[in-house]
Amino acid sequence: MKRIYISEEYCIGCRLCEIHCLVAHTKSKKILKAFKDEIPKDATAAVLVEEEGHLSFALQCRHCSDAPCIEACMTGAMYRDKKTGAVLHDEDKCVGCWMCIMVCPFGVTAADPATHKITSKCDLCAGQDSPACVANCPNEALVYEDRENES
Amino acid sequence: MALKTYESEFKIVRDDSKCIACQVCVRQCANNAHIYDAEDEKVYADDSKCVNCHRCVSMCPTKALHIEHTPLQFMGTANWTSSAIRNVIKQADTGGVVLTAMGCDKKYPNYWDRILLNASQVTNPSIDPLREPMELKTIIGKKPDKLEFENKGGKVSLKTHLTPQLELSTPIMFSAMSYGSISLNAHKSLARAAFEYGIYWNTGEGGLHKDLKKYKDRTIVQVASGRFGVNSEYLNTSAAVEIKIGQGAKPGIGGHLPGEKVPEEISVTRMIPAGTDALSPAPHHDIYSIEDLKQLVYAIKEATRYTKPVFVKIAAVHNVSSIASGVVRAGADAVVIDGLLGGTGAAPAVMRDNVGIPIELAIAVVDARFRDEGIRNQASIIAAGGFRNSADVIKAIALGADAVYLGTAALVALGCHVCQKCYTGKCNWGIATQDPYLTKRLNPNIGSGRLMNLLRGWSIEIKEMLGGMGINAIESLRGNREHLRGIDLHDKERELLGIKAAGETW
Ligand code: SF4
Ligand code: SF4
Ligand code: SF4
Repeated sequence: MKRIYISEEYCIGCRLCEIHCLVAHTKSKKILKAFKDEIPKDATAAVLVEEEGHLSFALQCRHCSDAPCIEACMTGAMYRDKKTGAVLHDEDKCVGCWMCIMVCPFGVTAADPATHKITSKCDLCAGQDSPACVANCPNEALVYEDRENES
Repeated sequence: MALKTYESEFKIVRDDSKCIACQVCVRQCANNAHIYDAEDEKVYADDSKCVNCHRCVSMCPTKALHIEHTPLQFMGTANWTSSAIRNVIKQADTGGVVLTAMGCDKKYPNYWDRILLNASQVTNPSIDPLREPMELKTIIGKKPDKLEFENKGGKVSLKTHLTPQLELSTPIMFSAMSYGSISLNAHKSLARAAFEYGIYWNTGEGGLHKDLKKYKDRTIVQVASGRFGVNSEYLNTSAAVEIKIGQGAKPGIGGHLPGEKVPEEISVTRMIPAGTDALSPAPHHDIYSIEDLKQLVYAIKEATRYTKPVFVKIAAVHNVSSIASGVVRAGADAVVIDGLLGGTGAAPAVMRDNVGIPIELAIAVVDARFRDEGIRNQASIIAAGGFRNSADVIKAIALGADAVYLGTAALVALGCHVCQKCYTGKCNWGIATQDPYLTKRLNPNIGSGRLMNLLRGWSIEIKEMLGGMGINAIESLRGNREHLRGIDLHDKERELLGIKAAGETW
């Protein structure tokens, strides 16, 4: 499947990926409107930039082939999209038990402190040619490629 | 604290109706000109730190930023400009030299803008480069006085021994910029683009990083007065060797890379202890005459077993034609002339802005002198310093240059916005810096692609202009000054440039 790959040597820690991820998951998808009216103050993006010293990289759900979050989810809210292979989250089914948070080895699911439900989970910007973080990374530190089917 | 009596040069204008306080600008400005106040949840600016590099402007996701020259100007006069006054105040404050970078910032006449190209009409057909072959291939090196052939039983072969030559796919190369003055990622971008496009890049005087040895067949290694990183292996990991005598931005003075800019990698590449100043003396201490230069040229030829052309780079100064003639007689296969507008990573502003002569005149007088002396075939002429577009390049070739070197234009292709603060080591574009936080901003995959785009674009334009003149090979334009006409030039200038006035016929 097509996955997001990271080149940490070119990540410049600008966090434009986080900003555009938040915008891509609003209704308007317009950056000014999104930040002024739609995105709550303490919202976290589904992509998170990890930084230490001058090293940084942006991490989002790896869409693992043996996803522990799917195993752990008791309601079936965390599921695999049969067509794309992406690991997705159905907020209606989520009961906010946070088992997925507990088992995720990458720490890339986050909950809304108010609703307790999982609100931040990379969906590869379903329906878009390229996820928003990849499309807006100014330095090709994120690329969206199918490397598994490479000859 | 003494009162600071001059104000910031630039003003950071933030449109609050657009700012989303994302802090991208805060993270991108290595000069710390943007400051986030967590209490106010707002971003503020410190104008005094801004160098007008536009990094924040380009990166701001909402386009909320704008940088202006500060509207506050000194009263001044036509001659006492704001920058003249500011420099005097700064020097009175510090007692230091006014440092700067890039090329000359004084408005001397630009001769490229006073030279017009010809085109065919009716009597000689123009050529469409999209339909007919058009040759930009350029060969650099000493050409023999005559060619002799041997006929052995009907099989003809060349008897004359040919000295080593460089073959360029277009008459452009990347000029010397050292690892130290620019980042390894910048070197990688230049090397890869040169390799893939079939031209050459130049290491500059700071040695060749081990990761770049694979580009050796497209690398010109430089030997300058500091002799950094020079040994037999270095000389042989190349396509050609360039001896640098002078540089257009600062003829007559050396260089100084402060110890803070000599981290481990650079120290290994330059072969000097980490943290020590890298000093390039003003002269080569073993060259005080053409005869001395000849010794170095031949020492290098010996060390490379006569397999590589040796270039000698000089700054365009008042006696450039006699010096260049001496350089050819010293055995150089190519003379590189760096003009008044040539760039640098650091130079005193007085040197950058006041020393040397324009490259246009230098090419013309050197080419004319070589022809007069019958030595034009003995060395190629490579022109450097301030080429801004393909028209400048083609005019240089018509004046007599074999190829041109691009420095500033290549850096601009890599992201440089010519803020002229290279010497601070805080280049926000990741080019003129060694700070690992900044150097990764230049991704060589992107950089080399952009450089190749530039080469491609200029090459297409050169072909179009050649076709317009009814010429199908760059070789036929070389030194063909009949295709040039001068506008707004004095007779003496035209005489030196060897061109007729606009309106004059063949
Ligand atoms: S947008 Fe790209 S460079 Fe910027 S933080 Fe994200 S991954 Fe890194
Ligand atoms: S980058 Fe632009 S939007 Fe973000 S804080 Fe700076 S000015 Fe505001
Ligand atoms: S120095 Fe460059 S990045 Fe910093 S504020 Fe000025 S223009 Fe923006």
